[in-house]
Amino acid sequence: MEEPKHIGISFPRKDGEDKVRGILRYLGDKQSPQMLHAALKTSPHAHALISKIDTAEALKALGVRAILTGEDIPGNIGIYIGDKPPLARHKVRHYGEPVAAVVADSEEEAYAALPLIKVEYESLPVIHSPSEALAEDAPLLHEEMKTYTHIPAVIPEPGSNVANRTRIRKGDIESGFKACNTVVEESFSFPPGDHVAMEPRASTAEILDDGQVIIHSTTQAPFVVRNLLSISYNLPVGKITVITFPLGGGFGGKAGIQLEALVYLLSKAVGGRLVRLVNSRENDLVSSPGRTGLEARIRLGCSKEGRLEAAEINYYFDSGAYADYAVNISRAAAIACTGPYAVPNVWCDSLCVYTNHPFATAYRGFGHIELAFAMERAIDLLAEQAGFDLLEFRMINAIRKGDTSPTQSTMDSNTGDLKMCLENVSEMLEWEKGTREEMPDGKVRAKSVTCFWKAPAMPTNADGGVILTFNEDGTVNLHCGAIEIGQGLKTALAQVLAEKLGINPGQVHVVDEVNTRIAPHDWATAASRSLFMIGRALVEAADDAIRQLKQTAAIVLRCPTEDLKVSEGRVFLADEPDIGLPLADVALGYRYPEGNAVQGQVIGSGRYISRRLTEIDPETGKGRPALEWTMGAQGVEVELDPSDGSYRVLKAVCSMDVGKVINPFLARSQVVGGMSMGLGFAGWESFIFNKQGRVINDTLRNYNILRYGEEPEYEVKFVETPQRDGPYGARGLGEQGILGMPGALAGALSGALGRPLNRLPLTPQTIWETGKEGAK
Amino acid sequence: MKAYRDIATITLDINGEERRVVVRPADTLLRVLREKVGLTGAKPGCENGDCGACTVLLDGLPVKSCLKLALEAVGKKIITIEGLKDTAIQKAFMEEGGFQCGYCTSGFLVNAYALLEKHPSSKSGADREWLESNLCRCTGYEGISRAIDKARDIIKEYK
Ligand code: FES
Ligand code: FES
Repeated sequence: MEEPKHIGISFPRKDGEDKVRGILRYLGDKQSPQMLHAALKTSPHAHALISKIDTAEALKALGVRAILTGEDIPGNIGIYIGDKPPLARHKVRHYGEPVAAVVADSEEEAYAALPLIKVEYESLPVIHSPSEALAEDAPLLHEEMKTYTHIPAVIPEPGSNVANRTRIRKGDIESGFKACNTVVEESFSFPPGDHVAMEPRASTAEILDDGQVIIHSTTQAPFVVRNLLSISYNLPVGKITVITFPLGGGFGGKAGIQLEALVYLLSKAVGGRLVRLVNSRENDLVSSPGRTGLEARIRLGCSKEGRLEAAEINYYFDSGAYADYAVNISRAAAIACTGPYAVPNVWCDSLCVYTNHPFATAYRGFGHIELAFAMERAIDLLAEQAGFDLLEFRMINAIRKGDTSPTQSTMDSNTGDLKMCLENVSEMLEWEKGTREEMPDGKVRAKSVTCFWKAPAMPTNADGGVILTFNEDGTVNLHCGAIEIGQGLKTALAQVLAEKLGINPGQVHVVDEVNTRIAPHDWATAASRSLFMIGRALVEAADDAIRQLKQTAAIVLRCPTEDLKVSEGRVFLADEPDIGLPLADVALGYRYPEGNAVQGQVIGSGRYISRRLTEIDPETGKGRPALEWTMGAQGVEVELDPSDGSYRVLKAVCSMDVGKVINPFLARSQVVGGMSMGLGFAGWESFIFNKQGRVINDTLRNYNILRYGEEPEYEVKFVETPQRDGPYGARGLGEQGILGMPGALAGALSGALGRPLNRLPLTPQTIWETGKEGAK
Repeated sequence: MKAYRDIATITLDINGEERRVVVRPADTLLRVLREKVGLTGAKPGCENGDCGACTVLLDGLPVKSCLKLALEAVGKKIITIEGLKDTAIQKAFMEEGGFQCGYCTSGFLVNAYALLEKHPSSKSGADREWLESNLCRCTGYEGISRAIDKARDIIKEYK
């Protein structure tokens, strides 16, 4: 085989020029005079009955066209469970929940009307955590749970606050623990937080006279939005069009149905006029969904030789007030519950639990960051207790081909080389030079290592498609339903296509906008599956186009199609390359000099649907839910000042087996971006709640994310064990960089402090307090 | 100082062009640039002074345009991202991966541009002080800080 020309090359981003010139338009950048504008009145309470809403005065305000409250709109929405009214009805279940929406001629007028809406509340007892929600006498957040519709894979437990429970039963847990030489048991937890995509969510809706519904939205999943709108409001799916522009980040936070349903209802309330709703940052943080919190309890045991024998795992995901994606996050965490280790005996209950926190949706990592934090901490504790080096212990237990996953499916020959990743981490951190060092100034430096894995959590029939059309000059247009969210997907796809067609990536034109009426169906830009699945569809579409190009050329060149080759922008005889035609001459059909034309334009199409996936057994978790696993290892080096708990991350490293790197530059920046997010996740990012359950840090002034200058030195090394069914051997890598970082930061700081830190965020205060307790 | 009570017509000097716009006294510069002038490069990320996505230059100094009234910009030279073309920092952002989703990019570029104008050769210290007022969620800042170094090299070369 020839060396690939465009795979493994750092081709510059297709959207780069527009982005540095500030001319790429996001949804919020598009406004028109006929638009009406919406604003949300939100709840100051975490849990309360709405005893009265008076909108009379607000309705009289200048420019106000309509006001909706929960009472005006029947029905619930929800991606897996229909548990959420678009506006709170009868009661509010979290701080920041929208209770009324105003539509007015201008945004100022809409906002000016909000204080005129009078809402009376009767406060209810607040549930602050999953363990409170699971207590015997806990108030019920969803009394009507029994009546909610839900997908079969999710199993809510009416009469409780459990929105879903996933069970994994592998091997025999009792005899597993009997075979253990060392056993540890510990709890781990962190509170919920937010994605903080820099672009706040926005949606517009318009209903045309013929019943067509046109939605523009900042969504990672336009087809999901279309489908759920159709189901929830009984609209023919073909009459709904959802249009998405490139997103200013999403990280999972824009993957479900969010503002779209409400803005559709608002448009309906004003006779179908175009209504625009843009989140303020405050609303984006607490009214729209964030990420789950977690409480975990893990019992873990190993043999004398350091082999993991048994794991008993309880994950309690804090879903907040509504289930959204969280019920699938808890399920994904069950499927991957042990992390990338071979464990013969596994018992896991993973619960998704309602609380009075802002509700949670998908977040980069989708359950795998949560489980990685808890498991990696448990592994550290076990390895230490059993007297093993932390890296060595992971080496012993790293999962590999032939081992079985918690769902009892066998890891196939595509399984990544986790040991190699661990070796890379060891090298990058200079592990052999020691993992803890006390500095002359009293500070302590320490290193850590963690492993991670992730499989896309998606429907068993998740799919994607590609259509290729050609231009007069032989260049190609690539159409697909996947969203450019910053990951550089369309650049990577252009490289794959260029490779297939033997042209330059510059000759591939990608389309920024996705329109559900034009683009081929696509499940969602989520789960790090786009490169894999769209890539597969693209390879098929390219083959289809090549076949057609050859057919036309064969007529003109009077030769069998099999003798032709497409490369370097030409189609020619493989053994006599001088005889051929430029693509431009055949791409839109061939025209003979005298005028006759044959064949017509080339339209390449390709599709991909997940292969041989099954649901998991509700009692044992047995099944094959994972399309592919991306795994790797990470570590950090920190410097801690034990006198006040302050610290600095000196270095963060990651080695990941991605199958094949399509664009090294883009791949590295995805991973580094994930790592930085993971450090923030562990270090300081979370909502802070007061006793009444209100979020007291709902602005970017006090909800801190990593800032310029706080970043460590990053080092990334890729391993390439081909994913044989992936495009050019590639598998997903968009989310994974985040996964091991919380465990790594906690591990290194625990090492430096000499006391285990099992709760996030790792603020200097918590560290200092933990250190002081230890000294007692 | 002139007092404005109601809707007023003002003239703004934006990227070297004089633009006459009708504004309310309460309108922020960010809103006027985006909604009245159609320059949407400066982005709203918080409209509270916390993220820097809305950064523009007023007489060469970076300001958060969400915290400035349009009226305050009268008589000053406003430069937005659309006013920067083929600068060293833009080139360096492209080459070093100073962005992913691009939402923070206008603000970062404008701020970094001004930083390089004021501190063409200084390293790190000033960089951090200037740039920690801008948030980026995608890059982890690695590409951005590399881009700043690279831009300094480019600028040096052309001197
Ligand atoms: S929008 Fe101005 S600082 Fe965030
Ligand atoms: S590039 Fe997305 S926020 Fe900076």
